[in-house]
Amino acid sequence: MFDNFINLYHGFAIASDPFNILLMAVGILLGVIIGVLPGLGGANGVAILLPLTFSMSPTSAIILLTCIYWGALFGGAITSVLFNIPGEPWSVATTFDGHPMARNGKAGEALTAAFTSSFVGAFVAVIMITLIAPLVARFALQFGPAEKFAVYFLAFASFVGMSKEPPAKTIVSMMIGFALAAVGLDMVTGQLRLTFGSEELLNGFDFLIAVIGLFGIGEILLTMEEGLEFRGKAAKIDPKVVLKTWATLPRYWATSLRSCIIGCWMGITPAGATPASFMAYGIAKRVSKNGKNFGNGEIEGVIAPETAAHAAGTSAMLPMLALGVPGSPTAAVLLGGLLIWGLQPGPMLFVEQSEFVWGLIASMYLGNVVGLLLVLTTVPLFASILRIPFSIIAPVILVICAIGAYTVNNNVFDVLMMMVFGVLGYLLKKTSYPLAPLVLAIVLGDSAEEAFRQSLLGSGGSLGVFFSNPLVSTIMVLGLVAGLWPLISNAIGRFRVAQPA
Amino acid sequence: MAHPPHGAPGSGPTQRNAELGTALLTLLFGGIVIYGSLLVGVGWSSDGPQAGFFPFYVGLVIAGCSIINLVQALRVDPTELFAEWGQMSQVLKVLIPATIYVILIPYLGIYVPSFLLITLFMIWLGKYGWPLTLAVAIGVPVFFFLTLERWFLIPLPKGPIEAMLGL
Repeated sequence: MFDNFINLYHGFAIASDPFNILLMAVGILLGVIIGVLPGLGGANGVAILLPLTFSMSPTSAIILLTCIYWGALFGGAITSVLFNIPGEPWSVATTFDGHPMARNGKAGEALTAAFTSSFVGAFVAVIMITLIAPLVARFALQFGPAEKFAVYFLAFASFVGMSKEPPAKTIVSMMIGFALAAVGLDMVTGQLRLTFGSEELLNGFDFLIAVIGLFGIGEILLTMEEGLEFRGKAAKIDPKVVLKTWATLPRYWATSLRSCIIGCWMGITPAGATPASFMAYGIAKRVSKNGKNFGNGEIEGVIAPETAAHAAGTSAMLPMLALGVPGSPTAAVLLGGLLIWGLQPGPMLFVEQSEFVWGLIASMYLGNVVGLLLVLTTVPLFASILRIPFSIIAPVILVICAIGAYTVNNNVFDVLMMMVFGVLGYLLKKTSYPLAPLVLAIVLGDSAEEAFRQSLLGSGGSLGVFFSNPLVSTIMVLGLVAGLWPLISNAIGRFRVAQPA
Repeated sequence: MAHPPHGAPGSGPTQRNAELGTALLTLLFGGIVIYGSLLVGVGWSSDGPQAGFFPFYVGLVIAGCSIINLVQALRVDPTELFAEWGQMSQVLKVLIPATIYVILIPYLGIYVPSFLLITLFMIWLGKYGWPLTLAVAIGVPVFFFLTLERWFLIPLPKGPIEAMLGL
């Protein structure tokens, strides 16, 4: 335990390098812009900027990219409160009470509450990562291929069990990701598969292209369909309002704490920030004594989802670093970045690249402090970005997406693929297929398949290898429970109805 | 945003048809994956599972779940709309120019099509005047040229016009 703090101290020395602090500020600002603009989000924003970091040192690169992620998390709150447009899916719940507050002339209070609770959520999650991640990593060092596959299984099964969408749709979406990941050269046998003689498919599908298309182009098409109307509230945050709001926040410590726990849990299991924010909002509404007033501008209704969303978004980094299983699409993109920089995510990272890991963790502390200060001071600027009409923003975002897709491999075919993914993203989203499992499956497909094949190779093809020792069986059973959770909770519900207490 | 005249409110493709279409599409995709896996072998060889082993089962699951989705889609309320025609035409107004844009990039590079795309959007959809339109349409590509090619040294695709200018 103690050596964690020594490591963290060294991490702070790396993260507080002036150049890295500058990168944090740049990252947060870019992230807020990305979070505010429709069509650009955390995942595809990071995907587009990833190629620009190839020439940096991995530590500086990940500091820049994670700060973009934090910035996007902050940015979602601005659009929700001022414009009633959730810039990101996880800020939908923030609109319920944030926008009514703005309409009542309390935009400053709502934004201060949102930013501060985001900060609190993220901070608690980082503390949790500091304490738990090294333990998880040390534990995971004993994992063989079967255990590795079991962890992937658990991750994907919890998607099926926890998503709001019908399970069959979640599974289809996930399996499409696995299939796309399988296209191209098979690493084990060296054989080409699923390319059907096409040279363009030789290298398979790049997940970055898929992310830019699915989330970027798809989002633009959706926004266009809705016919965007910006009727925003003006925002000014003066120090007096900030201090006054801060004075009231400690009253809601119970809501904050509860939301932090929900967020951390949902972030580690890859359910992600969006369900976490809804769940925290719902529970706060049920528990709070002002519950009836939720939806009319209750500050607690802003605190709960924002805390949970940020806690989830941050704790999604834990499984990515410690196990190599990202907890959210953006974490998946960052994981892809690690691979490109030549770092193998997973437990060995803590041993071999401890400087990198602890620099990153320290940068999470600093980045969130920098972020809170920056967003509180620059809100009016970002609110004015939102007033730029969509007919100017849309083509510029298209150009940015195209450039981003091209720079991944310097290949114009990728730009075409991006468009195809964009139309697919629009269609899937409109017919309520979740996109996050698809992206995660493309990123993890090769590793999951390798773990699966290696386990089977060891056991001579028997699936019994996944239940051969207590550790792997426990993870597999957890996975099965998570995947079948809707059925189980249904059965429990029926049991209760049949036997009234 | 005003809807175009032919988009009478309340009509458009139905959600049911969209769901059916998507399920058929994923079923087809599953079939292609199964076929592709069979081509490279889905069984065991002397050195373990063959290349098609894993994708074969992935394809089977896709096909199976697509059939479930297909059956579910039949139960969707047939009056529910996917989108109104007016909304669809809004989407196409972005989709068609964007597709042409993407197709032009291999031939003209990224700068000229970007200029054309932004100009088209601002004049046609945004109804802006020429001065502002030209400022944005020239400013954005120049900005990316300076930051990416000059500052980050990342080359972007260029076409005959850039070659003529000697860039």
